[in-house]
Amino acid sequence: MIRVVLPYHLRKLARVDDEVQLEPGAPTLGSVLDALEARYPVLRGAIRDHGTLRRRPFVRFYACKEDLSHEPPETKLPEEVVTGAEPFLIIGAMAGG
Amino acid sequence: MSKVRALIGTKKGAFILTADGQRANWEISGPHFAGWEIYHIKGSPAHPDRLYASQTSGWFGQVIQRSEDGGKTWEAAGNEFKYDGVPGTHKWYDGTQHPWEFKRVWHLEPSRNDPDTVYAGAEDASLFKTVDGGHTWQELPGLRTAKGHLWQPGAGGMCLHTIIIHPERPERMFIAISAAGAFRTDDGAKTWRPINHGLKSPYELPDPDAEVGHCVHRIALHPSRPDVLFMQKHWDVLRTDSAGESWHEVSGNLPSDFGFPIDVHAHEPETIYVVPIKSDSEHFPPDGKLRVYRSRTGGNEWEGLTKGLPQRDCYVNVLRDAMAVDTLEPCGVYFGTTGGQVYASADSGDTWTAIVRDLPAVLSVEVQTLP
Repeated sequence: MIRVVLPYHLRKLARVDDEVQLEPGAPTLGSVLDALEARYPVLRGAIRDHGTLRRRPFVRFYACKEDLSHEPPETKLPEEVVTGAEPFLIIGAMAGG
Repeated sequence: MSKVRALIGTKKGAFILTADGQRANWEISGPHFAGWEIYHIKGSPAHPDRLYASQTSGWFGQVIQRSEDGGKTWEAAGNEFKYDGVPGTHKWYDGTQHPWEFKRVWHLEPSRNDPDTVYAGAEDASLFKTVDGGHTWQELPGLRTAKGHLWQPGAGGMCLHTIIIHPERPERMFIAISAAGAFRTDDGAKTWRPINHGLKSPYELPDPDAEVGHCVHRIALHPSRPDVLFMQKHWDVLRTDSAGESWHEVSGNLPSDFGFPIDVHAHEPETIYVVPIKSDSEHFPPDGKLRVYRSRTGGNEWEGLTKGLPQRDCYVNVLRDAMAVDTLEPCGVYFGTTGGQVYASADSGDTWTAIVRDLPAVLSVEVQTLP
């Protein structure tokens, strides 16, 4: 079971109050996102581009204090995330103002 | 008694204002979709409680929302806007060619008689259509073949912001793009041609009379006179009496002919409204006075409308989709500002009241007249 923490606006969009728990087909970055979008189709296009599945520029992926944003989809998630001890974080990047 | 419902899109959410036919006391609901940019909300003329909203974010992209109950509750619809085929390129700021990239929906135009059919005007400039209530969207690519390789974004982006469906012949439509100009189809959006003859842009284009490239800010028509269109261009207010075959300037005595919105009185097809803005360098009203200008002669002769509007120290802007009229008698006129005020006039513009203030910057205003 993998715990996924969504940013505020995506929690509102998906109508979830808290973190999401997923059982992806494989413990990889891409599989977690596939599982997330399968359960919440409204998030398709909000995290990754519809066609290319590239991460949207101002979305970041963090886990265990590591930035996985630039890693390929087949990247295996850290063991602490795979066991559910640590969450996988989807972040809306900081913007000044 | 009739009711009026104003649909307000802002930089940080949507607001819905309702009042009875007196238009004196307004109830405000919102923010809906708090924190998101709501570029536009519009109701179906065929089913007025069916609303569509364009919800967008620099972080999370495009969402289309749909309501079946006049905005009390909403459901996300489809958000995949994919250009048809290989979209090719358009002109970029540095003169090179740049690939078409979908960014957001600026304007939603529901069909006059089918609540499931809606047109969406997008940035980068393109026209999409749904026939299933927003679940799926298909591009109508014929538009981009109308010299699309010569279109170039202005500072606000290359957006298709105006969609007008002919009231009797739905196969005829008018659209406008910044900065490409106005275009017309007569075959249901299969083919399009520029309709910019008479527009002059000496400060913006190397060829002031170019066929495309003009920064059209808004066009409007009255349903009873569908060959007469009015245009607020970057500079200049214009009209055509030939469905766009040629345009002529009707700026007349306006204090500035720069501005964004233009609209037509619901019952008087020769009465039109604009909000003069000082210049493209200073996006605020001349002399710090917020004035709507009304022409009862289809242009050229304009009167400033000031009662109830701030006449000093006012430096807001009124954006292109932020003006609308109701169809009551007398006609109501509405506009929203980048300062977050929505002003309404229940007497065709003679007097104005702020029906809400201190909203986020207003991006769009639509008004529904309900039984």
